[in-house]
Amino acid sequence: MNDDLKMQEPSESVDMTDSATTDMPGATSAPKMTARNVDVFYGEKQAIKNVSIDVSMDNVTAFIGPSGCGKSTFLRCMNRMNDTIPIARVTGEIRLEGDDIYAPHMDVVQLRARVGMVFQKPNPFPKSIYDNIAYGPRIHGLATSKDELDHIVESSLQRAGLWGEVKDRLQDSGTALSGGQQQRLCIARAIAVDPEVILMDEPCSALDPIATAKIEELIHELRGKYAIVIVTHNMQQAARVSQKTAFFHLGTLVEYGETTEIFTNPREEKTRDYITGRYG
Amino acid sequence: MNSLTEAKRQPTDWQGPAMQKRIARRYAAERRFKAMGFGAILLSAGFLAFLLVVMVGNGFRGFTQTELPLEIDFPAATGGASPSEFEGPNGNTNLQALGLRDIVDSSIEIQYGDDGTELFSPGGWTTVSAMILADPKIVEQKVTFDLPVASDIDVAYKDSGNDEAEAKVAEYSNQFSTGFNWNFLSNSDATDPMQVGIWGAFKGSLITMIVTLLLAFPVGVLTALYLEEYAPTNRLTDLIEVSINNLAAVPSIIFGLLGLAVFLNFFGMPRSGALVGGLTLALMTMPVIVISGRNAVKAVPPSIREAALGIGASPLQVVFHHVLPLALPGILTGTIIGMARALGETAPLLMIGMRAFIATPPSGITDPATVLPVQIFLWSDEVDRGFVEKTSAAIIVLLLFLLMMNALAIYLRNRFETRW
Amino acid sequence: MANSGTEHTVKAFDSDINQLRGMVAEIGGRSEQAITKAMQALENSDLELAAEVVREDKLIDDLEKRIDELTFQTIALRAPMADDLRELIATFKISGVVERIGDYAKNIAKRVPIVTQTRRLTPISLLPSMSKIASELVRDALDAFARRDADLAMEVNRRDQIVDDFYTSIFRAVITHMIENPKDIGEAAHLLFIAKNLERIGDHATNVAEMVYFAATGEPMPERTRGEDPETALDEVLDDEAD
Repeated sequence: MNDDLKMQEPSESVDMTDSATTDMPGATSAPKMTARNVDVFYGEKQAIKNVSIDVSMDNVTAFIGPSGCGKSTFLRCMNRMNDTIPIARVTGEIRLEGDDIYAPHMDVVQLRARVGMVFQKPNPFPKSIYDNIAYGPRIHGLATSKDELDHIVESSLQRAGLWGEVKDRLQDSGTALSGGQQQRLCIARAIAVDPEVILMDEPCSALDPIATAKIEELIHELRGKYAIVIVTHNMQQAARVSQKTAFFHLGTLVEYGETTEIFTNPREEKTRDYITGRYG
Repeated sequence: MNSLTEAKRQPTDWQGPAMQKRIARRYAAERRFKAMGFGAILLSAGFLAFLLVVMVGNGFRGFTQTELPLEIDFPAATGGASPSEFEGPNGNTNLQALGLRDIVDSSIEIQYGDDGTELFSPGGWTTVSAMILADPKIVEQKVTFDLPVASDIDVAYKDSGNDEAEAKVAEYSNQFSTGFNWNFLSNSDATDPMQVGIWGAFKGSLITMIVTLLLAFPVGVLTALYLEEYAPTNRLTDLIEVSINNLAAVPSIIFGLLGLAVFLNFFGMPRSGALVGGLTLALMTMPVIVISGRNAVKAVPPSIREAALGIGASPLQVVFHHVLPLALPGILTGTIIGMARALGETAPLLMIGMRAFIATPPSGITDPATVLPVQIFLWSDEVDRGFVEKTSAAIIVLLLFLLMMNALAIYLRNRFETRW
Repeated sequence: MANSGTEHTVKAFDSDINQLRGMVAEIGGRSEQAITKAMQALENSDLELAAEVVREDKLIDDLEKRIDELTFQTIALRAPMADDLRELIATFKISGVVERIGDYAKNIAKRVPIVTQTRRLTPISLLPSMSKIASELVRDALDAFARRDADLAMEVNRRDQIVDDFYTSIFRAVITHMIENPKDIGEAAHLLFIAKNLERIGDHATNVAEMVYFAATGEPMPERTRGEDPETALDEVLDDEAD
């Protein structure tokens, strides 16, 4: 039997940092965020095992995997949201443009402005639409005058594709919008603080297909302006929206590669089983 | 996989008699429960109505006073005093110098005979004095005043009194009139039931409440915020939580003992002052505010906090820009409930001495004062029958005060309620 | 190298795929049989058998349509990924190819009534061997599909060379015969066509093999090496015949 026909044996977290496995031909920028040997423990239980991955500005990266595989946990490490959980412990190195985000001198508050997050259930503040968007720039001191603030609000809403629908009712409550609009509001809110990375934790799972499609189109438009990482349960969505896909299983990163490769010819058996629906 | 050996279930007969009985029983149970609930409401409403009817029935007469007319010929009595003497800041002193009390007394004797002064309340002259200061021109005329009668006449007229009083009532029956007792609302405590007023106690209650609020609210709210948002989960925090919960259940008289021992004996603060009263009541109210505050903060959904953290708000900003505004209605409700409870507390304030006879309203937090419930208690102890209706009238005032506070609570809660 | 033994969580998906595999096996079997029967009819001048082959080609066509329909449906409803997707795409193409193999067999059967005096022509003796190899190729290609055997597929690709070599020698022999016996040109021409059909069948079998390789590995099959000595391959076969 020829060796080159043998399927690669399933291995521990493959080293995804080898540029031969991950670089797109013609990729222009260095990775925006890098993770090396990250472990996450909840008390005694280890939720993430030795994950290393690069996220770049050019591509939308999707994290897929079955429930409980750690993809959301890992996502939350990237903006240190796990700090809010007392028993969570993170080791390893995660760097944003070269700076270790877990270093003692790193200001968590600023980090979270640079690495924004959109959650599964849309959670606009119970304030007006204007105040929802303006809150972030206000607390970070990003605008020095009312005009500047108005400008930031307008451009964020435009980038999120919501401006046309709400420009005449900026003083209405943010919670009066429909689910899809609320989620776009949350995306605009994250954009308003001028982030470099946007993390999305299953942003469409609470939305109907039309709202989902609008958000997917929005992600497509935002590609290249921000490094986007999206966690999703929906494989078709990952296939539609991302250029790179990472498959997590029981806390390990099993496979990471071009989205087309993962979905037509994955290398790992576990990946293939998950994608084809053989995880029984 | 279907097992071929599985026992087949009988198809359910949804229309059969057994089912019909079950349905009937279920409906009956629902009806019974609704009836019981309704009955409970009727019972509670009944108690409340009974309380109100009895109180109002007893008390409204406390707001009225029986009056007899008295004509005073000022020019003759004063020997030609001119109105200008009684205008301005010197008016009161000049009236004193005039001996207005004697003028009134002699006018009574002229009109009603030597024992006429027995008919009238000794404080009636203050009514005349007030009217002169309001309109000094009347000293140039003959004026008829309706002055309050003496207490036993008042009792005899309204209800039934001793034989002497009854005789007098019969004698002057057609001259009596009933007027509204405005003095009740502006006077303080006095020996004569016809002259007592609720204002002293009311002001005392007000000042005490303010002191209580200023101390209990910030401390309570900050404690609640700290316990919910910042405190680490360890045994010390558990201990604090349990202690605060228990404090809320401690009998109020124990707080009185605490106040006595610590504030009065150890710190030597002025006895019977609103300061000590406020401090003691603050100790009592704070646990209530902490508990309701914690519940209100717990009710704020974590998604709001996550959203705020997610765009880079600091923990302080999360608490004060997002959690506190959403928790405010609950906190306010709890505060007002605590304050209403404090308003009605008698035992601890008795212990720290706010039970003295206070004839003038307090002007500061260290002046001796009393509060409404204590005043009610003191008056209910009095022998003079005239105090009975005054006690009930004071209870009505207290109830109105509580009602106002509750209305304020509801208003504030609705005002600050934000939907999320 | 079969698929992982686990079944899909949605069992209906598995039953759809199994049904398709069964249908592909069936169409393959029928086409193979058609080749065998057509060659038998040719050898024995059995006009009945030839007519049967022509009739039964209709069944193959219908089967191909049903396979196409079911594949299309499965893709729309199950949104298959990775190897499931490759298998279904392969199924699509293979059924078309196998149907054409059936058509070639029918074509051979149609020529049987025309070719009557076949015994006289020497080259005819090579045809049965050639057809045997060709139909073995078809059978092996479909076996490789059933077993997802990429190695077998590679081998089928290689062995087609033998069929090509057969064709080359038959071609030469028939042309030589036609030059020497001009009055046999008519029948000889038909023999040429029959040989061509068999050669085409072999090529189609390699098409199936390439699809099988892709479905199994996700990579296109490496280019067939053309370095083999045609003479040697043919000699192997002739030696076998001589035994």
